[in-house]
Amino acid sequence: MIAFTLRRLLVAVPTLFLIGTASFFLMRAAPGGPFDADADLEPQVLANIRASYDLDKPLFEQYLIYLRRALTGDFGPSLVYKDFTVTELIGIGLPVSMRLGAMAMLIALLVGASAGIVAALRQNRLIDHLVMAMAMTGIAIPSFVVAPLLALLFGLYLGLLPVAGWNGGAWRNMVLPVTALALPQIAIIARLMRGGMLEVLRSDFVRTARAKGLGEWRVVSRHALRPALVPLVGYLGPALAGIMTGSLVIELIFNLPGVGRYFVQGALNRDYPLVMGVVVIYAGLIIVLNLLSDLAYAALDPRVRRQYR
Amino acid sequence: MTPLLEITDLDLRFDTEHGGVHAVDRLSLEVHESECIGIVGESGSGKTQTFLAALGLLAENGRATGSVRFRGEEILNAPRRRLDQLRGSRLAMIFQDALSALTPTMTIGGQLAEPLRRHQGLSRSAARARALEMLETVGLPDAARRLRAYPFELSGGQRQRVMIAMALICRPDLVIADEPTTALDVTVQAQVLRLLDGVKRHTRTSIVLITHDLAVVAGLCDRVAIMYAGRMVETGSADDIFLRPQHPYTQGLLRSMPALGDELERELPAIPGQPPDMRRLPPGCGFQPRCRLAVERCHREQPSLARFAPGHRCACHLVPSA
Repeated sequence: MIAFTLRRLLVAVPTLFLIGTASFFLMRAAPGGPFDADADLEPQVLANIRASYDLDKPLFEQYLIYLRRALTGDFGPSLVYKDFTVTELIGIGLPVSMRLGAMAMLIALLVGASAGIVAALRQNRLIDHLVMAMAMTGIAIPSFVVAPLLALLFGLYLGLLPVAGWNGGAWRNMVLPVTALALPQIAIIARLMRGGMLEVLRSDFVRTARAKGLGEWRVVSRHALRPALVPLVGYLGPALAGIMTGSLVIELIFNLPGVGRYFVQGALNRDYPLVMGVVVIYAGLIIVLNLLSDLAYAALDPRVRRQYR
Repeated sequence: MTPLLEITDLDLRFDTEHGGVHAVDRLSLEVHESECIGIVGESGSGKTQTFLAALGLLAENGRATGSVRFRGEEILNAPRRRLDQLRGSRLAMIFQDALSALTPTMTIGGQLAEPLRRHQGLSRSAARARALEMLETVGLPDAARRLRAYPFELSGGQRQRVMIAMALICRPDLVIADEPTTALDVTVQAQVLRLLDGVKRHTRTSIVLITHDLAVVAGLCDRVAIMYAGRMVETGSADDIFLRPQHPYTQGLLRSMPALGDELERELPAIPGQPPDMRRLPPGCGFQPRCRLAVERCHREQPSLARFAPGHRCACHLVPSA
């Protein structure tokens, strides 16, 4: 298992390299530059600024400089947030984004999986239809629609929760963004969980468990649950990616000081180093989280565990 | 004396997307103490579903009516709570494909210990000790290590032994073995049959052996019931069935069995035609479309199971009833 983990981390190195390279050249292929908005600069001043950020050098040389720095964890200075390095900006934003994402993921898993299990155990009854109707709605409505509606309802009309802002991560400020982020995932997870559970409940080994005289609770918790969770684990990777990209929008809507805001702003401002830094950090996170979901597979299924040796 | 298990007029229907299926038609059957009875029929004849219904294990779209009494107590469609007290404890079932019938994510030891803890309230360690003992009884080599193994780590024959050990672990009064040898190769089949024979000889447990293979029944069973298209067509002692078969279907089955001393070139006579579509059963006798002897009455009238000789009954218009 440890060897498997190390192997996977080793494979992550070329992956990260490719992602870094692709995003470097894609970013430069976009028209415009970081200082276009600073109008009325003397040509000589502009040239000096560009030279101080190495932007006057040939593109490939810039790429090599970027690679050399990135290897030491340094993504260079931000071109727009003056006096901040990219690493510093990510250091400020990442804890906020991680907290938001982790909360959303946790709630999505708990609520989604429970709803799915209940729906499967009461298949074709009222509660099942209710859960599935809500899941369909959750999948159909994108979070950038849900988020303002939530803010409108609970923030403005009912006045129960703050409309926006982080406030040092107070739970009152977290409720709405976390909910908006988790809702689509809850919907998808509930459907997956229901499907997995229904299939397992009809399987031969569940019949065997019932033939042993075990109560339904034990049949579900000891025999059906683990196999039924398998399709869900396969979705963990995409779910995390969905939450991370979703948080870019949610952070903007709720005005939260996370990495997402820098990413969107950075892309619009052509703040090359900032965008590159965020891309590489996010790619690294996704790789690690995918690895975690593979390890979760192994925890659930002894057959997978043996393959990983 | 009340029979151990008494099935009376069991009728079984399934609702499917393609219409209703009448899987079992007014079946009656008795199983006595310390008896081994073979239920023989081809797939779809209703033999497995009969006993799944008795144990309350039918699929959701199945409806059973009639009566199933265990030691005189009605258990057909009994409440789950009561069924859970009997299943695994007094009534046990050995399923046919042990790979899919054992939980893939639990160890062998864990699965073996469950009935003991549930029905006999044994402690974890006591249940484990008994599980180990049981694995040794069914002849699993290296039993202590197998307790920690998962089903996929065992061979087919070993899994089937585990299945048998699990069914017998609470010393049930009746064990239903559903095609216990079908998924196994021939030498392992013989070992599993020998194991069941040992159960029959050394315990008071009654065995219902469900199979499509008459040869499996021959050495083991005291009585045999032949099923075709959801109905019992003939029943009697093993000698009645093998030496004095009356129903044309039973006779056809026996003729199609290879025997030692057969010339290699001898072509085994097969029963012509296909098993019936259970959604559209033919009128009259279910076997009539494939029967060489069918007369006009067979197309009209369903034969009832009539007594041919003491203990030997047959459902055929052409067989005189005694």
